[in-house]
Amino acid sequence: MVQKNKSVKKELNPEYKLESRNLNLFYGPKQALRDVSIKMSANTVTAFIGPSGCGKSTFLRCFNRMNDLIEGVRIEGDVLIDNVDIYKNEIDVYEYRKKVGMVFQKPNPFPKSIFENVAFGLRINGEKSKSYIEDTVEDALKQAALWNEVKDSLYKSAMAISGGQQQRLCIARAIAVKPSVLLMDEPASALDPLSTTKIEELIHTLKDNFTIVIVTHNMQQAARISDKTAYFYMGELIEYDLTEKIFTNPSRIETENYITGRFG
Amino acid sequence: MTRKPLFSVKLKDRIFRIYAMACTAFALLMLAILLIDISIKGATRINWSFFTNLPSRHPEESGIYTALAGMVALLLFTLIIALPIGILAGIYLQEYGTKNRLARFIEINISNLAGVPSVIYGILGLQVFVRMAGLGNSILAGSLTLSLLIMPIIIVSTREAIKAVPDSLRQAALGLGATKWQTIRRIVLPASFGGIMTGIILSTSRAIGETAPLIVVGALAYVPFIPEGPLDQYTSLPIQIFNWTSRPQAGFIINAAAGIIVLLLFTFILNGIAIYLRNKWYKKTNL
Repeated sequence: MVQKNKSVKKELNPEYKLESRNLNLFYGPKQALRDVSIKMSANTVTAFIGPSGCGKSTFLRCFNRMNDLIEGVRIEGDVLIDNVDIYKNEIDVYEYRKKVGMVFQKPNPFPKSIFENVAFGLRINGEKSKSYIEDTVEDALKQAALWNEVKDSLYKSAMAISGGQQQRLCIARAIAVKPSVLLMDEPASALDPLSTTKIEELIHTLKDNFTIVIVTHNMQQAARISDKTAYFYMGELIEYDLTEKIFTNPSRIETENYITGRFG
Repeated sequence: MTRKPLFSVKLKDRIFRIYAMACTAFALLMLAILLIDISIKGATRINWSFFTNLPSRHPEESGIYTALAGMVALLLFTLIIALPIGILAGIYLQEYGTKNRLARFIEINISNLAGVPSVIYGILGLQVFVRMAGLGNSILAGSLTLSLLIMPIIIVSTREAIKAVPDSLRQAALGLGATKWQTIRRIVLPASFGGIMTGIILSTSRAIGETAPLIVVGALAYVPFIPEGPLDQYTSLPIQIFNWTSRPQAGFIINAAAGIIVLLLFTFILNGIAIYLRNKWYKKTNL
């Protein structure tokens, strides 16, 4: 067991991409995150697990400042990407969000064509070059393993393709902006098993180019796709370790209870 | 012991269904009677000269040329004034405004304004635009008054259309680094275009039919010229109809019926366009 962990450890990139330090988050008077500190390496997949309402999605959304949109949210502590504090005043949140792609629980393609969905991020950046946009769209769709299925219907409405395809389209849309981080909030929970498998395989290949953080309710999924796993409960980070260790030999009894299904 | 109900549930269901059908039939029947009556009376009068003649003392020579021109000019200025303000106000209230008590208070009051009797807008327009602003019996004064009248409708329908756009789309756009305005401009407005358009057209057909406020702000019954600028005097089709119906000669009653047919056609066409756009857009966005 110990040896196995060592071998995995060697693969992990020593460079930290994402970090939070003593993060507290409040929805009005209610505290949703308590003193969360975590460091996530570049080009790894980190899974956040825990029961509903434990703060894992809230925490995920701190990394692209999506919580800013909710009224009454107060954040204390630091969130860093590439060692830069993203909640500092001088950070341009719109520029910053381009570096951090997000995929949501329910596929949410725009009511536009498949092509325009992927091109959206480029267009809002003021990109005018037609050939550059076309190349980037194709590239993003290929990376999202969707190109072969939609290459003949790029100008069809994105609402007309299946849910699994829509979710991969949303991934393509996110990576077309060339972020370095991908945040995924239960990306497969609304999909059928086959589509889920495809998304999981995709996450595996995307790891080479992106740092991926994924929130999931499905523990088998966390075990299959992630390098490291963080277990949250009641807004606290209970345990954060290599996935293998979390699922085979967790150090905290709370984690073990959750993993084994005795709770939650 | 349970008592047996007087009517069985099934019977109740049937009674209600028949009652609902009777109500619908009654409403449709009344409308049909009205339309048939108007058509029989007015159809004979509808010919090309009816559209091109000026108003006259002789009913058979009277036409709606100036009234139509006045109505189109009035609508044009009304829309130029009311659309930008109404739509932008709707966007602001729904997307930017904070949702506090003041906002709710404003929201309720705008909805109330949509229900205020139109003659009250007429009186307001008379005092503010005709007298204080010194616009007199001009098209501009009439347009400003009608703008006030339809603005609440446009604001409310714009808000409703924008509200119907799922939040997940806004989050997706913002997550890609779009600014608030980019999100509204490129995602929210296109997705709500059908709804906004419907509101605009319905408010336009409301403005077309309004008579009371125009009488108050001084649309004239007899205008032997077509307006050339916003400060000219004018008449409008509903005013013309209103005037004709109050004449004793039978010929003018026929003219009024013909005018009503034209006005109804205008309204039907506008409403038809609204329904078409709504269906087309809902199909396209498939929200």
